[in-house]
Amino acid sequence: MSRILRVLEPGALTTVQDFGRPGQAALGIGRSGACDRGAHRLANALVGNHPTLATLEATFGGLALEAGSDLVVAAAGARCSGVPHLAPFRLAAGERLTLGAPQAGLRTYLAVRGGIDVAPVLGSRATDILSGLGPTPLAKGDVLPIGTTPRPVPGVDVAPVPEPTNDRLTVHVSAGPRRDWFDDAAWDLFTSQTYAVDSQSNRVGVRLTGEPLPRLREGELVSEGMVRGAVQLPPSGLPVLFLADHPVTGGYPVIAYVDDLDVDRCAQLRPGQELRFTTHAR
Amino acid sequence: MRILPSGTRALLLELDSLEEVLAQYAALQAAELPVLDLVPAGRTILVIGDRDTDLKALAGRLASIEPGEHTGVTGAPVEIPVQYDGEDLSDAAHLLGCSPEELVRRHLEEEWTVAFCGFAPGFGYLAGAKFTWDTPRRSSPRTKVPAGSLALAGEFTGVYPRESPGGWQLIGHALVDVFDLDRDPAALLVPGAAVRFVESTP
Repeated sequence: MSRILRVLEPGALTTVQDFGRPGQAALGIGRSGACDRGAHRLANALVGNHPTLATLEATFGGLALEAGSDLVVAAAGARCSGVPHLAPFRLAAGERLTLGAPQAGLRTYLAVRGGIDVAPVLGSRATDILSGLGPTPLAKGDVLPIGTTPRPVPGVDVAPVPEPTNDRLTVHVSAGPRRDWFDDAAWDLFTSQTYAVDSQSNRVGVRLTGEPLPRLREGELVSEGMVRGAVQLPPSGLPVLFLADHPVTGGYPVIAYVDDLDVDRCAQLRPGQELRFTTHAR
Repeated sequence: MRILPSGTRALLLELDSLEEVLAQYAALQAAELPVLDLVPAGRTILVIGDRDTDLKALAGRLASIEPGEHTGVTGAPVEIPVQYDGEDLSDAAHLLGCSPEELVRRHLEEEWTVAFCGFAPGFGYLAGAKFTWDTPRRSSPRTKVPAGSLALAGEFTGVYPRESPGGWQLIGHALVDVFDLDRDPAALLVPGAAVRFVESTP
């Protein structure tokens, strides 16, 4: 009985994720890692894993797996039918699990006790869909090795945490480095309108539709570094909110940054869902 | 130097020139700041903290760091063997107002420095010190530039680490991989490193 998981169906997009490759951006290597870091961390905690062990990030459910031996598994993030949520459970050898489509939220993190033990690339097992670094997204027939951990199994039955909803999400922003490319009227429009999430969104960023923001300046910016949470305004005037696989540098002005902790919540936005930016204190 | 906001985890330092960026980047590296990452670019350096970084204290520290004495070039130059057989060699020479042979001579004699990396893992933007390089990009970018292509654009030269779309003028190809996951370190070019191109006979 080997410690493996067999991929029966990968769903729309399932990747292996951890906390990515911080510290290598100067070499043109982006951080990547779990889009919803909090959910990744929680799924690991529920099975007694160190937070840096790799989990599976399933996009809109659809993932089906078969255990090669007895495993302990937990799901966090977007709640999918078909598996217990926010509670560790046992998957016996030969047993299968299938994630149904979530009713709210987008990304579900599946942690397996011992971690997904694929070979790390440049210090991380994360798949970066922009640069192509890391393991390829899961495909039917893949066999995933599972590691072991000496850490104790936590005595937790269920972790009661707020879950993603389909309601309009409001997140906190602060002025970004190129706020001065926009006048106050544009900033007011940015922080007062309700945006909708475009279906072209992915792990690189959340694309938003709404009323375009006018720029004060024309011309190009010399590309500059950014981190997740950056809200960039291309010439279309429609914002892109960057997530885990954002480019290391970008040449369009960053008008604002979403607070880092709120970026996790943005990673759960579904196409069509509404989003607002606020500068008001929580 | 200006310090611009970049959210709850980072600060963006803005400088007046690429030379200032290189000098400041060298100084920041020497200061061993308690940060996750430093990301130099054309006119800026992004300083990325982690969950515990106090950005206010970090801003104070950054403001007090004087630029490095030198431009950050350390050690012997990285030598990259190349062949000047690119499709755009004649066009690029024409755009720079010289013959292809003269372009090759200058490219070989130039003392290049890796100003910063970006676009793709291991892609270094190399700036010259002796000659004026101001190469317009191709009016229509290629959808596929072969891996290893040696190219010019703006004030920079660079080598494509892997096949990708690109609008740079292709003047040749490199005979080493600038990014190789089976090598340690994977990236041949790091910001601040000196680079010389060496012509290899076919």
